[in-house]
Amino acid sequence: MAKREVDEVSGTETTGHEWDGIKELDTPMPKWWLGLFYACIVWAIGYWVVYPAWPTLSGYTHGMLNHSQRDDVTANVAALKSARSVKEAALRDASLADIQRNPELQQFAMAAGKTLFGDNCAPCHGAGGQGARTYPNLNDDVWLWGGKLSDIQHTITVGIRSTSPDTRQSQMPAFGHDGMLKPAEIGDLAEYVVHLSGRPANAKAVRRATKLFADNCAMCHGADGKGNRSMGAPNLTDNEWLYGPNREDIADQITNGHGGEMPTWGGRLSPEEIKALAVYVHNLGGGE
Amino acid sequence: MQITQAQTAQSPWRFDHYFVPLVIFLGLLAAIVEAARSPDPRMIMQAWTFGACMAAFGAWYMKTYVGRTPADEKNFYADAVIKAGVIASTFWGVAGMLVGVIIALQLCFPHFLYFPDLPWTNFGRMRPLHTSAVVFAFGGNVLITTSFYAVQRTSRARLFGGSLPWFVMWGYNIFIVMAGTGYLEGISQSREYAEPEWYADIWLTLVWVCYLLTFLGTLWKRKEPHIYVANWFYLAFIVTIAVLHIVNNLAMPVSFLETKSYSLFSGVQDALTQWWYGHNAVGFFLTAGFLGIVYYFIPKQAERPVYSYRLSIIHFWSLIFIYIWAGPHHLLYTALPEWAQTLGMTFSVILWMPSWGGMINGLMTLSGAWDKLRTDPVLRMLVVSVAFYGMATFEGPVMSVKAVNALSHYTNWTIGHVHSGALGWVGYISFGALYCLVPWLWKKKLYSNALVEWHFWISTIGIVLYITSMWVAGIMQGLMWRAYNEFGFLEYAFSEVVLAMHPYYIIRAIGGLLYLTGTLIMAFNLWKTATSGQPAAAAQPVLAAEAA
Repeated sequence: MAKREVDEVSGTETTGHEWDGIKELDTPMPKWWLGLFYACIVWAIGYWVVYPAWPTLSGYTHGMLNHSQRDDVTANVAALKSARSVKEAALRDASLADIQRNPELQQFAMAAGKTLFGDNCAPCHGAGGQGARTYPNLNDDVWLWGGKLSDIQHTITVGIRSTSPDTRQSQMPAFGHDGMLKPAEIGDLAEYVVHLSGRPANAKAVRRATKLFADNCAMCHGADGKGNRSMGAPNLTDNEWLYGPNREDIADQITNGHGGEMPTWGGRLSPEEIKALAVYVHNLGGGE
Repeated sequence: MQITQAQTAQSPWRFDHYFVPLVIFLGLLAAIVEAARSPDPRMIMQAWTFGACMAAFGAWYMKTYVGRTPADEKNFYADAVIKAGVIASTFWGVAGMLVGVIIALQLCFPHFLYFPDLPWTNFGRMRPLHTSAVVFAFGGNVLITTSFYAVQRTSRARLFGGSLPWFVMWGYNIFIVMAGTGYLEGISQSREYAEPEWYADIWLTLVWVCYLLTFLGTLWKRKEPHIYVANWFYLAFIVTIAVLHIVNNLAMPVSFLETKSYSLFSGVQDALTQWWYGHNAVGFFLTAGFLGIVYYFIPKQAERPVYSYRLSIIHFWSLIFIYIWAGPHHLLYTALPEWAQTLGMTFSVILWMPSWGGMINGLMTLSGAWDKLRTDPVLRMLVVSVAFYGMATFEGPVMSVKAVNALSHYTNWTIGHVHSGALGWVGYISFGALYCLVPWLWKKKLYSNALVEWHFWISTIGIVLYITSMWVAGIMQGLMWRAYNEFGFLEYAFSEVVLAMHPYYIIRAIGGLLYLTGTLIMAFNLWKTATSGQPAAAAQPVLAAEAA
């Protein structure tokens, strides 16, 4: 019943079968196709001869090169370590001040610091250290805990409100939430803080709040509101705000006393890495 | 058309008349027990969902089969179930691509349609919803539907099993609903493309075995001396997916009343099993099955004989033999032993020509009919699909080479590669088949060729935007990750690389949106064809069978 016929267009015979009107030509396989197919197989066999390829009862065929990815990784890591080792040793031995004085070492610390910053700090402080609401900007000269190299190094090492026993610790009380101040008093204080930052404020409210500020806030933020770095108390006169500049933001902060957390990096990064990070952050723009 | 299949319809005892109601009854019972006894609130949700699906299926079954013979059973071919499959395919296509666009936008703008109080709007739950909806819901329904159509015509036999094909159609779509609602509730095995938990897997196994029986039974009844090549591919797809699905999902439930289960595999064996499954989901679901569509719908629409019978034999057997080895190329430079990586890589390269055999046979079938590409946008869609297939199956072996993979792995290049296959190849061949099937089944002329042109060009621009943006993003990402400065430190932080991706993610989302737009145009066109199209002059595919 197979009825081979010749297709008019191609001049090729059909196989003589037909399904729902579909016929098949008996065209030979294209030579280039077959050639490439064989070439791929030959290449694969060659690869098997040279590289580890087939499992055996007790192991696998190692190939002529006896290649090992694990050895490659070990060698690559060792090469990288040795490439960094001289300068890393110099970084370990140098004091922070030495690093700042030695341009070559500083450059190395900056390169290491940039990578470390990107992988560890950027998620909160931003890729360029620009910060965000509730995360301090590290480019400006506003520092909660000090902007000297040693201050930054210490902050990175112990963190803020972290799990480290030596952590930097400060606690803005939740004056409203805990019932220490009444809403009207908080409103007046917010007005007072706006006034401190040099912006126009309601004079009556400021007068009413003067005593409130002296009684409740001055202990940490200072009588002049300029803050106290040894306690991590922010300067309220510089018009830089971690929790927002508006009256509502300030009132909210007095009411709830928000405080962020920064992890302790002491156990996670090596002392040299923390040194490099301190140099990097110091050089972002605001270092003292 | 109205000729006898009467002996089937009137036979006194039919297996399916007992089997289908029994499954519905047991399904309802299981749902009630789970809903009543489970301590796991998510399992209770799933039980209610499953119970509702079973109740709907049961109501439909009683209305259609109890005490009567549906009109469709008097026809030579079982086409009603195929019509249902066409509708399901179109629906899931639109739904799956819509979710794709949403998650693409979430990658650009993380808060887009994400509400922290509604955990199901999270990217992590919507991503498997997208992949499963397009691969299994859209692609799977297209495969079942087209295979039911093609196997009947090329075997000149009605689908085997009476209402069994209906069970396959309902059962498969109920599996989709269970899987999708499960993801949104946070239920997942965490196995990529095999996320559904043990109870959904068991249900799918039952449905899939019935699919295999339907297909084999129809081939068994065939009135043609030979089995047509499209059916080889469909059969390879059905059999292999059954094996892959069962092995990869071997797991022990914590309790039969809870959703959670633990895999039988662990460590690197687990990874290898998963990617043996994952890659062959590509090879047998998204390739072999859709090559079945190529071999039936392209010669049919082009009205030309298949280019080379010999090529079809050699590329079929080489494709199915070699594909199954390629999975380890997903695990290059991992804990997988190097020899296994080598095998995965080399077999992937050998796979290049077997894949291209299908492309050659698809394209060259057009010889003598190339001019139709200008006038017939449906045929053009089918053929461009095969061209994308050729491109993706060249790119795949290239990416499987270790040195290339060292750059491409874990980058957006992989996403671009997958989508040149998914949008260009699988999507277009499916659209082409749907554009053929609706006029054939509803016996209408296609409502608008101009709309097909619009669909074709809008989605083609979408695909080009999608894959080029992902190529650029992926290669850039790979290069940025591996860049070292002169001191031996990484040049870029991870977050800088993420930031660099942003513009390309936006371009990708636009590409996806265009593709979705094309699919909506198709859905409208198919709807208008079925409901208000002009009657076709000749119901061509059916007549051929009757005449014989």
